[in-house]
Amino acid sequence: MTSQDITQELQARVASALQNNTPLCIQGGGSKSFYGRLPTGDILDTSKHSGIINYEPSELVITARAGTPLSVIETALVEHHQILPFDPPHFSDTATIGGTIACNLSGPRRAYTGAARDFVLGCKIINGKGEVISFGGEVMKNVAGYDVSRLMTGALGTLGVLLEVSLKVIPKTASEITLTVEHELARSLNKIHRLANIDLPISASCYDGIHSYLRLSGSEGAVRYAQQVIGGNELSSADSFWQKIKEHQHGFFNSDKPLWRLSVASDTQPIDITGKWFYEWGGALRWLISDAPVNVVQGAAQSAGGHATLYRGTDAMRNDCFQPLSPALYTLHKKLKHAFDPQGIFNPGRMYADF
Amino acid sequence: MGNSQLLKELGKIVANDALLHNKEDVKPYECDGLSAYRELPMVVVLPDTIEQVQAILQLCHRLDVPVVARGAGTGLSGGAVPHKEGVLLSLAKFKQIIHIDQNRRIAVVQPGVRNLAISEAVKPYGLYYAPDPSSQIACTIGGNVAENSGGVHCLKYGLTVHNIQRIKLITIEGELLTIGGDGLDSAGFDLLALITGSEGMLGVIVEVTVKLLPIPERAQVILAAYDDIEKAGEAVGNIISAGIIPAGLEMMDKLAIQAAEDFVHAGYPTDAEAILLCEVDGTNAEVSEHILKVREIFKASGATEVRTAKDEAERLIFWKGRKAAFPAVGRIAPDYYCMDGTIPRKQLPYVLKTISVLSAEYDLAVANVFHAGDGNLHPLILYDANNPGELERTEEFGGKILQLCVDVGGTITGEHGVGIEKINQMCVQFNSEELTQFHAVKFAFDTKGLLNPGKAVPTLHRCAEFGAMHVHKGKLPFPELERF
Repeated sequence: MTSQDITQELQARVASALQNNTPLCIQGGGSKSFYGRLPTGDILDTSKHSGIINYEPSELVITARAGTPLSVIETALVEHHQILPFDPPHFSDTATIGGTIACNLSGPRRAYTGAARDFVLGCKIINGKGEVISFGGEVMKNVAGYDVSRLMTGALGTLGVLLEVSLKVIPKTASEITLTVEHELARSLNKIHRLANIDLPISASCYDGIHSYLRLSGSEGAVRYAQQVIGGNELSSADSFWQKIKEHQHGFFNSDKPLWRLSVASDTQPIDITGKWFYEWGGALRWLISDAPVNVVQGAAQSAGGHATLYRGTDAMRNDCFQPLSPALYTLHKKLKHAFDPQGIFNPGRMYADF
Repeated sequence: MGNSQLLKELGKIVANDALLHNKEDVKPYECDGLSAYRELPMVVVLPDTIEQVQAILQLCHRLDVPVVARGAGTGLSGGAVPHKEGVLLSLAKFKQIIHIDQNRRIAVVQPGVRNLAISEAVKPYGLYYAPDPSSQIACTIGGNVAENSGGVHCLKYGLTVHNIQRIKLITIEGELLTIGGDGLDSAGFDLLALITGSEGMLGVIVEVTVKLLPIPERAQVILAAYDDIEKAGEAVGNIISAGIIPAGLEMMDKLAIQAAEDFVHAGYPTDAEAILLCEVDGTNAEVSEHILKVREIFKASGATEVRTAKDEAERLIFWKGRKAAFPAVGRIAPDYYCMDGTIPRKQLPYVLKTISVLSAEYDLAVANVFHAGDGNLHPLILYDANNPGELERTEEFGGKILQLCVDVGGTITGEHGVGIEKINQMCVQFNSEELTQFHAVKFAFDTKGLLNPGKAVPTLHRCAEFGAMHVHKGKLPFPELERF
């Protein structure tokens, strides 16, 4: 892989955009261009700003430039029997670590080990004044200053251009199996909740409408023990099973209709919207394929204490892809946007209409 | 603005007994856990409803009065030191556990609930709240969120930011915001992370929803002694490299070992240069496997002695020595000053050697207690405040230790916060553009700068003055020392 530092070039592009007041559309591998509101502005290509800067397996930390392909990072980690704890989806071979962090995307493991934001230790960014600034660092514990690194995570590039990120990594466990049981939804969720109250090494869960699946990751003894407690059948080719769910290649996702992601209280009763449902994260994440109107889906998610995001849909629907914020929170978001990007040149309108 | 107008208007919001302004009444609030910094507030107000807090903040906003929020006052960086012309807003009356939900594994609590009280309340459900700062018996969850508190178990279980799901926050304008939700994430920016660790600069926390974990089936601790602190440091790296994330991994140096042993008789080997305490938890089978591995690694890394606690009683005794390390050091010196830098673990030998050189230079002894697993160092500088100039010398020495932490790629504070104490060192860690960005964040929440003024983020002017006195960033002191 090519390792290249193009900070100066990116900084010059930002400076000229500021001078001309022309919005920029920050883009790494372009694998998440489907996500969020429609991108606008001149493309600021960060994919050439790439390379692992520092990886110390015994420190559990990796630092890489934003354009580094996610696959390069995962390959480097595997050599040392380590993983990204948040299990990020790629959605394309071109996925970069910068895009992954900007979208805060996490996979099946998220409910059990944490989201991308939980493992971000530090970042270097170009802010909306064209300055290169750093926050956090490469250490596990750091409370100096506001947690800007985590604020950047999931901000969809609206607060700055990510140049580098430092992430905490974890060891890959010695043993991993997936158990599956056939039963109806209510029993599946009940069982998953009951098991989650015991200290078992569960690392993923899902329910496809017929079977529930539980992945166990731990030491051999821990996995064997949990298998006895849980019962069910062992799934062969479990790796590819979870891979397909993570990458939306599982048969469920094969549809031309809109795909919604509902993040709700885990014990929410089945939501009454016509469509196909798929459950992950012990019930806290629910995928919905449905033609239901935007306000119906988002209203239901809000009633369940959460929010709904349109993952795949028509361009017209993408205007409302994120759950509306309360007026007070919306105002605060605009103020924060102004704090980082006073001229509003980074990814305008990508998250919400006004910033 | 007169004192009397503020008191009169506050009197309309809270009852008389919730408003303290006589010198003897406000005296108990003059400092937090870092008693070197003291200030009397103009007035202390103890509301007991969210509406009262909203009204108080609206009032202060209208009258341009500074506000310092306070939980139990156990913080170690002066973050809750009052403002002499301001309101000290105590959240002490907010001590209800509102709701425990076993299915969702959460507890909704008021900010004045003590950290340990949460784990005690949810124990009947087989659950606990993981972050466990040493002050957990007294410190409150509101303060934990404000400081992003850690503890012995954060290498495996994370900091406060990883273990909360929702907060209710009141802005300086009196607006009640709900940040986070019942799901695992929420729409918009990650304000939950931004507020966590913001040291009372952005808003006042009035409710916290914490995540709970199932109590592990078994926990076991292994003690290893070393005749060389570098070997102990290597052993820590070897455990992590072997794919084990211990629940806790602590190191103490000779002076700390001896002080703790004299104090609580934990059975520590007092002739050792360093000891490691490694706790593994999980299912019975997993713990058994990990104990064997950890013992092997300790032996292979040259431990002079490896002991596994034979039962729960011995496990608690092993920990008692570590947990009592601060008061134990307090017995051997009139005063001590606790530092909180975090460093990449591999820099430990260099940092410890440099601290010992500085210790000789300043003629002040240092005991080192170390959250070794996550690189969080707590050097305790021993001094006597009654000796003229000794506190100033201690502060200068402490400042050099923090600068050293930054120079090796670490940070000035791992878990105690910046507060007043480390505000100058913020100028070492961040440049003026970065500090300006912090001020812009503050401005987005608190345009008038009324919440906890003078804490956490220094003004550029202050840094300019401080910089004139100090060696420039990036220059490693003691270049003659070997780097590891």
